Amino acid sequence: MLTRRIIPCLDIKNGRTVKGVNFEGLRDAGDPVELAKRYSEEGADELVFLDITATLEKRKTLKDLVVKIAREINIPFTVGGGIKTIDEIEELLKSGADKVSLNSSIVKNPDLINEGSRNFGAQAIVAAVDAKKTGNSWHVFIKGGTEDTGMDALEWMQEVERRGAGEILLTSMDRDGTKAGFDLDLLEKVNKLVRIPVIASGGAGNIQHCVDAVLKADADAVLAASIFHFREVEIKDLKNEMLKNGIEVRPYLN
Amino acid sequence: MIAIIKYKAGNTASVANALERLEARYFFAETPEELESARAVIFPGVGHAGAAMESLKEKGVDEWLKNTKKPVLGICVGMQLMYENSSEGDTAGLGIIPGSLKKFDESKAKVPHMGWNKLKSTGQHPILKNLIEKNYLYFVHSYYAPVSEHTLATCNYINNFSAIVAKDNFIGVQFHPEKSGSVGSMILQNFLDLVYSPKAANALDK
Repeated sequence: MLTRRIIPCLDIKNGRTVKGVNFEGLRDAGDPVELAKRYSEEGADELVFLDITATLEKRKTLKDLVVKIAREINIPFTVGGGIKTIDEIEELLKSGADKVSLNSSIVKNPDLINEGSRNFGAQAIVAAVDAKKTGNSWHVFIKGGTEDTGMDALEWMQEVERRGAGEILLTSMDRDGTKAGFDLDLLEKVNKLVRIPVIASGGAGNIQHCVDAVLKADADAVLAASIFHFREVEIKDLKNEMLKNGIEVRPYLN
Repeated sequence: MIAIIKYKAGNTASVANALERLEARYFFAETPEELESARAVIFPGVGHAGAAMESLKEKGVDEWLKNTKKPVLGICVGMQLMYENSSEGDTAGLGIIPGSLKKFDESKAKVPHMGWNKLKSTGQHPILKNLIEKNYLYFVHSYYAPVSEHTLATCNYINNFSAIVAKDNFIGVQFHPEKSGSVGSMILQNFLDLVYSPKAANALDK
């Protein structure tokens, strides 16, 4: 049986790992390559790197970082942040990334999903969706959470699936950085509407939150940042607790 | 040296990095002449089978592969192209291993099969050395090779399918050993041992 995945996420700014609260107020969390190496040795199933400076400042430093990461780690990883064109996707995949995460660019140009999926396979295309509760529904936000598109997040996630995205990285902006737990309501709704894997992101504060995301909302993967960066939760302990709860995971020190 | 077949849309960097971590010497090959100078060949595969096959045909690498006696390790799409047909893009494969690929039934579970899964050995082969049933490997694929007489290990997702296959000098793995942590490195090391040990190479010939 396929395991649920534990995915540490590294937000990168100016070459350093940072972590903010509700997309603002950044705290330094170290060298991304060193952290990545640590996580792969500690049993992470996958890693996600998001260059959070990329969208706002139009930087293209991801490639160099991808090359360095790919040399050091032997588990799959995704990169994202300001990727806009099919050529950029190709360059990052050829540099050693397994998947690219597309966010603002696919809202403006949804055909990029189709084109990327057709050229590199659905498995390489991750649709990142930043969702925020607005009234009775969730809206899609872009540009690092600064712009409300007014689009319904649940409808958008069904569209990215139709267009060929291989999985969805769903971040609850209401929960991101709060450590108050994942938005289980949102996760559960999405998981009933789409068949591609959904990575739960935003709000992980302890082990129980991660267990709940899987048991209560059927998340295929759980993504977190600061609880891992600052060693509040060890991946090994999280996996052991998941196993105790009957969740299949790749055991630590496989 | 190990030749890594380089072709359009394939993620060749990951395999090269994995070989570097194992301190194995390798080079990238695009033509039959380059491949002929190698001791063994790794045929990586990411992405679309149709695009990969077209890329092989451009320089005649498809014909070379069909006829070579050198050890060849096909990874993911590289393994799938060893079969007669891929339903992905209706691509005709190399036909080295009999049979056709099938697409996972999307009505039963999420497709692609993506993530870490376990294997069950069904045969004996140097590539399986030290592999135990508790080991997990990383898979990403929507099409699978049915279980056949050439299957060395199976995996289960929706149904049983071939995770490791071998026929003559050809070995195929559906998972990505270059992305499967220490267990994946072990499988690659098994391939290297087999390539560089005459005894293991003889076992492969029979």
